[in-house]
Amino acid sequence: MEKFLLKYFTLIRVIIAIAIGIVISIFLIYLISQEPGFSLKSFLLGPFLSRSRLAHVFETASPIIFCGLAIAVAFQAKQFNIGAEGSLYLGAALGTAFGVSTNMPAFIHIPLVLLIAGLAGALWSFIPAILKARWKASELVSSLMLNYVAYFLGLYLINFHFRDKDAGFLVSYQLPETAWLGQFIPDTRIHYGIILALVFALLVYYFLYHTTTGYEIRSTGFNERFARFGGINVFKVIILCQVILGFLAALGGMTEVMGIHRRFVWQNLGQPGYGWDGIIVAIIGRNHPLLIIPASFFLAYLRVGGRVLNLMSDVPAEMITVIQSIIILLITAEAFLSQWKYRITLRQAERGGAA
Amino acid sequence: METILEAKNIFKVYENGVIANRGVSVDVERNTIHAIVGENGAGKTTLMKIIFGIEHAQGGEIFFKGERVNVRSPHDAIRMGIGMVHQHLMLAPDLTVAENMVLGNEPRRIRLFLDTEKAIEITRRVSEEYGLQVPSDKKIKDLPIGVRQRVEILKALFRNAELLILDEPTSVLTPQETEVLFKTLKNLKDQGKTIIFISHKLKEVKQIADRVTIMRDARVIDTRDASELSEHDIAQLMVGRDISFERIPEPRQLGEPVLRVRDLSYVNDEGILVLNKISFDVRAGEILGLAGVVGNGQTELIRILTGLLNPSEGEISLRGEGLVGLSPRKIRERGLCHIPEDRMEDGVAEETTLEENFILDRYFKRGFSKGTRLLWKEISQHSRELIEKFNILAQSAKTPVSSLSGGNIQKVVVARELSSDPELIIAAHPTRGIDVGSEEMVHRLLREARDRGKAVFLASADLDEILKLSTRVVVIYNGEIVAHFQEMSEVSAEDLGPFMLGVQREEAVSGKVSA
Repeated sequence: MEKFLLKYFTLIRVIIAIAIGIVISIFLIYLISQEPGFSLKSFLLGPFLSRSRLAHVFETASPIIFCGLAIAVAFQAKQFNIGAEGSLYLGAALGTAFGVSTNMPAFIHIPLVLLIAGLAGALWSFIPAILKARWKASELVSSLMLNYVAYFLGLYLINFHFRDKDAGFLVSYQLPETAWLGQFIPDTRIHYGIILALVFALLVYYFLYHTTTGYEIRSTGFNERFARFGGINVFKVIILCQVILGFLAALGGMTEVMGIHRRFVWQNLGQPGYGWDGIIVAIIGRNHPLLIIPASFFLAYLRVGGRVLNLMSDVPAEMITVIQSIIILLITAEAFLSQWKYRITLRQAERGGAA
Repeated sequence: METILEAKNIFKVYENGVIANRGVSVDVERNTIHAIVGENGAGKTTLMKIIFGIEHAQGGEIFFKGERVNVRSPHDAIRMGIGMVHQHLMLAPDLTVAENMVLGNEPRRIRLFLDTEKAIEITRRVSEEYGLQVPSDKKIKDLPIGVRQRVEILKALFRNAELLILDEPTSVLTPQETEVLFKTLKNLKDQGKTIIFISHKLKEVKQIADRVTIMRDARVIDTRDASELSEHDIAQLMVGRDISFERIPEPRQLGEPVLRVRDLSYVNDEGILVLNKISFDVRAGEILGLAGVVGNGQTELIRILTGLLNPSEGEISLRGEGLVGLSPRKIRERGLCHIPEDRMEDGVAEETTLEENFILDRYFKRGFSKGTRLLWKEISQHSRELIEKFNILAQSAKTPVSSLSGGNIQKVVVARELSSDPELIIAAHPTRGIDVGSEEMVHRLLREARDRGKAVFLASADLDEILKLSTRVVVIYNGEIVAHFQEMSEVSAEDLGPFMLGVQREEAVSGKVSA
């Protein structure tokens, strides 16, 4: 039994963390809501109660998976680039600009728009990468700052050059149908982006764990001096992993534009926010591409639950964010329950299990 | 005799499941020098840390001066009268000796400011009381390591330590400095202090200890009067089997120079000349030893040779090809391997598996990858072979390196480096902090490489190791090669000492001097 606990310790910890998070949420909701039973149901079960909400979980998960993968590649090399949001935003804006200005058959148009967006994101991410590799500027700081630059650049591009004046809102022109990602389940907006996200999860997994370049990235992350010592080109790794980050994050944004909105619609700072969610799922999934998939679905479920709660109950949006954050915080806390693990290890050792 | 300290049934398990002490009992008599010996990983340091309150035991009791005590922190230990001098000295390098002395209970002026004069006066008083000379107004970083150690001892005495614990105090000292330390310790004993002395150098133990406790595999094997045991007895008890100590005679079939270093200089970022016009050759079929007190430029020299650092001036060539400016990988491709001085920092990535550590220098080569795809099956096979061949104690090739003992981690490094079929082996402190068994193995491997006609460059802080293995020796002091010893049969540690300390230079060297 104890051996089992040790083996699956991380999984068990996540489950316990979620359980505690839910208990705290229940407590908070009872404190705030006039109709706590109903509110709680909306939050926890809401995402499953209708076809469209369930579909919503899938729609939300897709860009989060992309961003989670993006962050994971950089974090595996211990490059703490948090610029996924900026690359996503600018990449999607440039991809949209290209998409609305060109006309070609879908089988070229779709990959080309995705490629342009991806390259734009990659190029954006190259800036903090080269600053780090060449001048040792902290990628954490520069990528964070560049997120704001990306946001205003994107806004400028869309609002001054590609704005659809006939639309009632500040949005770009609509993409031609040849650049749409199809929605393949009737009455939902689940689009091929989710398939693409899953494919990329497999690709990134293969890349990190089964290629020589993946080995270089992970070795640099494990111990940079070790990598240098063994002759790995750490300069290249620092740049490459961040460029890949920008590429993947931009794909996340572009697929969302092509599959759901069909125009560029994000106008507020902090929208769409998937770049930040990517960091959360990368941490929950411990930077493993395949674990990032369930982590993304879980986070998407929380986000949709929050929206349902907001729509259906009297719990204010601020409180919903608080509840979500508490759950995420508990999951990401590394040291949580480590004492417990230690005591089990101790008993095992005393029994002569370990030497 | 009266017992000052008694530890009973100490049991300690670390968080990673390693049992460091399984029911250890020791009693230390007042006014004696008590040595605790054992291989690395035997549990000596852990036991001391428990007594000093740095670590906490899961079981057992400690009695100090007849009373049962609960040592929760070093603070408690110091208050009771226990002092500890750590292996890595715990002094503030930018403060003066006097400031370090009073750190923690400083004399003050108007409650706010350090009273420097008073601090110096205190230092003088304590220094005179125990007959230990220290320069009170010098900064710690400007002092040689032997003097720093003296400051640390004095600091413990100033805090009224009756029992002084020294954790491998001689590992950083030259033979001459060791002599001075021993005199000091005997002196302190005469003044009524009790000293616990941790070591794995048997000669020293015989020389200074009154009683000896031998530990092995987290247990106490025996405690006896030192006079009852010979060096050989202690060694046998430590290792649990018979081992030989002789210097192995070696064939002298020197070949062509493999590594050629000429006028190598290095100025570091702070503008300090760390290496000054260093020249030497390492020839095929020899082990060239580099002797010197740690911190005289050895680290930089080795990092430059292996491409991890660029020299300011000079030339390096391997079999006639220049190495300066090449990347570490290109240098390795020309037939160099490197056992680094800090295995945890450079040698391994401890979070990950043995496999991934083994392929660091070869993952891109044929047999380990095809195109960009890693061939995991072949890698695992190769790793299992290395584990077997180098006798590494690990559950499997997929075990994380962090779960291995120090000796086995070093074997992982050595296995990777020596299996790359090098022409030149650069080994820095290859047996530092590993057990006698692993040490024997590393020594054997280096000798075998030499006998196969490889060139070996060995830097070590352990003079016995240098003397035991080297065909020739060069001594480095303050970034310069100050002596060359060509014929090793007559050379002893005492001969090297004056050069290592910079007291003597080349002119007086026995044997021939070569470029």
